Amino acid sequence: MGYTITEKILLDHTQVKNIKPGDIIQVDVDFIMTNDISGPVSVKQFEKMGAKKVFDIERMAIILDHFTPNKDLSAAEACKTMRNFAEKYGIKNFYDAGSGIEHVIMHEKGYVKPGDLIIGGDSHTVTYGGLGAFSTGVGSTDLAGVMALGKIWLKVPSQLRFVYKGKIPEWVGGKDLIIYTIGQIGTDGARYKTMEFSGEVIKGLEIEDRLTMCNMAIEAGAKNGIIEPDDKTECYMREEIGITEYRVYKSDDDARYEATFEFDVSNLEPQVAVPFSPGNAKGVSEVTGIPIDQVVIGSCTNGRLKDLREAAKILKNNKVHPKVRAIIFPGSKKIYKQALKEGLIDIFINSGAMIAIPGCGVCFGGHMGVLAEGERAVSTTNRNFVGRMGHKSSEVFLSNPAVAAASAIKGVIAHPEEVV
Amino acid sequence: MIIQGRVFKFGDDLDTDAILPGQYLSISNPEELAKHCMEGYQQDFPQKIKQGDIFVGGSNFGCGSSREHAPIAIKAAGVSCVIAKSFARIFYRNGINIGLPLFECAEAYEGIDEGDTVQIDTNNGLIKNLTKATQFQAMPLPDFIKDIIMSGGLVEYVKNKLKNSRRISL
Ligand code: SF4
Repeated sequence: MGYTITEKILLDHTQVKNIKPGDIIQVDVDFIMTNDISGPVSVKQFEKMGAKKVFDIERMAIILDHFTPNKDLSAAEACKTMRNFAEKYGIKNFYDAGSGIEHVIMHEKGYVKPGDLIIGGDSHTVTYGGLGAFSTGVGSTDLAGVMALGKIWLKVPSQLRFVYKGKIPEWVGGKDLIIYTIGQIGTDGARYKTMEFSGEVIKGLEIEDRLTMCNMAIEAGAKNGIIEPDDKTECYMREEIGITEYRVYKSDDDARYEATFEFDVSNLEPQVAVPFSPGNAKGVSEVTGIPIDQVVIGSCTNGRLKDLREAAKILKNNKVHPKVRAIIFPGSKKIYKQALKEGLIDIFINSGAMIAIPGCGVCFGGHMGVLAEGERAVSTTNRNFVGRMGHKSSEVFLSNPAVAAASAIKGVIAHPEEVV
Repeated sequence: MIIQGRVFKFGDDLDTDAILPGQYLSISNPEELAKHCMEGYQQDFPQKIKQGDIFVGGSNFGCGSSREHAPIAIKAAGVSCVIAKSFARIFYRNGINIGLPLFECAEAYEGIDEGDTVQIDTNNGLIKNLTKATQFQAMPLPDFIKDIIMSGGLVEYVKNKLKNSRRISL
């Protein structure tokens, strides 16, 4: 009997010789990450545990991205706690305000390798499955335990396989595939399970799109999302990150899946998840014309260079609608610099959009772009829950970067074809 | 460890708001939380719980928010163990991490009624319904999970581990 890629990674990080879904195993962790939200509580628990050192200072990153630059006094205190911790325990992989979003920095800096097992103090840690790693988010106390021991207990998730077939249409990308998928299976459709994305369409996706898909696996309740590494992954690791040593795992042909879903995406149009659930998937044509007040392009879902290029393609020689505030936040400093070099930032500013500091801020209604009562936004982020971006009557429509950019120009939800 | 107690039985999808209503989330003292255990399910429930009682729930026990307060309230109220058809993921993690023994066993759910006296051997997962003279086998917990529960939770477990490893290295 065979194993899936997820099961193989887990097996290679534990002492037991066989596993099956539902088993509880203790695993060795390759890398851990925390931020300015869950971090301070982990630090408190870590000290309560009487720990004197982090299990391996090379294998931990602290990234201050949620309320940075310090939004208010309590954010300032939280960041200070983390700064002090990093200094006291010698955590060199420390990224202060303005460096970028944790789930972008993590792979950009080479902390994520295919085959690795990564635990983070944030639910979107699932993102790294896009590179063929097992990664998942945990709470603060759990993370404190890993900080001290380098180990964590996990329940082996049952395995779901998603196979995408057909020819992916123009303007459709990873974001649309994942919104469509969540629409099909519901926001608890993969609860506690693995979402393994495969098929010819996935093989054709760029790494950015793969990260986007795995990023939103949590929106279907998944424990992890994962895509088998292939030539594209190897090329990305070698050319972009400069790492060639890692283990590549692939699912066996006779691996056991609890269920397999097959989707032919040849006729899929860009997807929009309407309030108040990422599972409320609609084709963009069903919602075009709805007036909007704000457009947000960025986040750990769609804040990478490819996303910004897509948005720039639409915004070039166009103007943001006078009634719309368009906020673009690059996922990291590196992406910001590259976007400058390529002239994308010029395009954005000339169009009337504004550029925010790389970080989370607006994505979760933290700061910089909070919505007022009854306001509506189109956003490339991952959640559109009640009050996610501000007032509880405000609404967020989730889309890909091209739809968001087109909507910014039109002042209403729009298909990219309407503006190019 | 052998646990024995009287059973309270609940249905499917018992959520964390039933276990501990949101209004008490600012409380962190376990004894205080215990006074409100299951208040969202039944207002006077906290007074009914006796030391050693056992909760038996249906599927998805503890669904809802990620509040660690919920299993803490159950444990501090004196409940010695929760058996359910299945647990919500975060409740399960939180429960184990605060040292509350949890067992998944669908057959036990069917074969146990409210008020029955039940005995559980936490070592091998054997569940005996003493009232009905029947028994059920839950999946045994791996050793490190037993250790966490015996230590009283993850914080204490890590503390013990670190102490022992330091002793060894000396
Ligand atoms: S960008 Fe949004 S979803 Fe991603 S880590 Fe930041 S707040 Fe969370």
